[in-house]
Amino acid sequence: MEFKISSKAKTLTIALMVIGLLFTGIGVWMETFNHHGEHMGLRLMANLLVDSFFFFAIGLGALFFLALQYATETGWYASVKRVIEAVTGFMPYGVGLMILTLLVITFMDGAHIYVWMDPEHVKHDSLIEGKSMFLNKGFFWIRTAVYMAVYIIFWNGFRKRSLEEDRVGGTDLHFKNYKKGATFLVLFAVFSSTSAWDWLMSIDVHWFSTLFGWYVFAGMWCSAMIIIVTLTLYLKKQGYLPKVNESHIHDLGKWTFAISFLWSYLWFSQFMLIWYANIPEETTYHLTRIEDFKAMYFGMFIINFAFPMLLLMSRDAKRHAGILTFVGFVVLCGHWVDAYLMVMGGSMGKNAYIGFMEIGLAVLFLGFFINRILNNLTKAPLTPVNHPFLDESIHHEI
Amino acid sequence: MADIVIYAMYDDDDVLKDGAKKLVAKGVKVAEVFSPFPIHGIDPIIGVKQTRLGIMAFLYGLTGLMLATIGMRYFMISDWPMDIGGKPNETYLDNVLAFVPITFEFTVLCAAHGMAITYLLRNKTLPGMPAQNPDPRTTDDKFVMEFRMSENSQFTAAELHAMLNETGMIELDQKEIH
Repeated sequence: MEFKISSKAKTLTIALMVIGLLFTGIGVWMETFNHHGEHMGLRLMANLLVDSFFFFAIGLGALFFLALQYATETGWYASVKRVIEAVTGFMPYGVGLMILTLLVITFMDGAHIYVWMDPEHVKHDSLIEGKSMFLNKGFFWIRTAVYMAVYIIFWNGFRKRSLEEDRVGGTDLHFKNYKKGATFLVLFAVFSSTSAWDWLMSIDVHWFSTLFGWYVFAGMWCSAMIIIVTLTLYLKKQGYLPKVNESHIHDLGKWTFAISFLWSYLWFSQFMLIWYANIPEETTYHLTRIEDFKAMYFGMFIINFAFPMLLLMSRDAKRHAGILTFVGFVVLCGHWVDAYLMVMGGSMGKNAYIGFMEIGLAVLFLGFFINRILNNLTKAPLTPVNHPFLDESIHHEI
Repeated sequence: MADIVIYAMYDDDDVLKDGAKKLVAKGVKVAEVFSPFPIHGIDPIIGVKQTRLGIMAFLYGLTGLMLATIGMRYFMISDWPMDIGGKPNETYLDNVLAFVPITFEFTVLCAAHGMAITYLLRNKTLPGMPAQNPDPRTTDDKFVMEFRMSENSQFTAAELHAMLNETGMIELDQKEIH
């Protein structure tokens, strides 16, 4: 069945973008006049980084999830495969926005976000000097280019083969996807960690944590699962996806539930070990966030942990569209705050607050994100025609 | 009250499942199915209710959570305040982060053991309990469906036999229980 964007959805995404743009404008104007534009560049770039990364990461999380299904030769997901693919369809836009943001930040010598990019700053900071073998503009861009190239090449390959499978069928493409999926997982296992160090951990440049990459990765995976389940529910409500039954929704709900736990587990592991060891150079990350954003920092953790735990625990809740959407929305906001604190804690610090600019940019990106995903859904049949496991998926029952 | 129980044996789970579907459609009540492994999708056909084991698991987990909290508060705070790495130990909340992993482990321990024991008790399959299955072959490669005449009073035993013969059963057994 072909998907057509309803005029309501189209208006909504455009309205979101217009409101977002308006709010951003008000935010920029207020920053200029109320604060004499003191933190303008920093605030704008930090916000762009938060939102580019957050939405790029959702696409990437979906890409990882798709590769995981390929590598494990999963059967049940075949009838929601196009939904996952539509979310991965944000990849080129996400990559573009990420590169653009990072490029502007680089030309601004780090824009006080990546202080290690500023040669004046590095001169007076022996700790950063010691890390400059790894953290310098050239190597940073080589790494970023490699990550992005690998992500885009694999995304493109998965998409091409998926559409080709619709035409030719057979199992050759399936086994090719199996191999490519496994290869992607190996590369992603390394890149998800190192890219989190480069893009996010290097903001708190004195601080390091080996767990940070997994924590960022769990956050992106969780957000991606929320978007996938919400999109599936939306399509189902619109009368599309007749082959998706309650069991598929239940499974997607289980993923959301489980990955929320994974994220909470990693967040807590990182927090508790640092709290226990109490070494000043390690505690700095949490201390700055507790000093400047106490309510937000712990509130975000409680929301991202307790909401899915308590509300999605029962079997019926995971099959209930209303509960899933509500929890999904709240937890998605929670993960946005998580990304916001990762960036702001080390850059804006005590000067950061959620005002017009923050909300505006987030809404603008959200509108664009939904718009692109819906647009992506129209480009292929909503149910893959020749997926070898399609029959298994249609009869999926748990 | 005496009751007549009919056991119909099959050598394939799909044949049994299809047979059960046809019989239930005709109004026959299936009392029980014995199988060496779980038959996917048989529960709604023979009208097995959704398990409440999950609720019990939650309650056992909650018990574990509370026991761990009470225990650790007593051991580490009240009875003999432990100074580990200079961490505050005035109140439980001061040190709660250190107790989270143990609380989690104990919650899982209680939930898992509680569930396993409940499951075995409910099915009367604790080690050493007498076997409930009518034929030892249902632990190997045969499947048995059980009917009770008291629940199927609208049919005679002969009618039921005739219906069962159509479903591809391989063996029939009848017992009188008191």
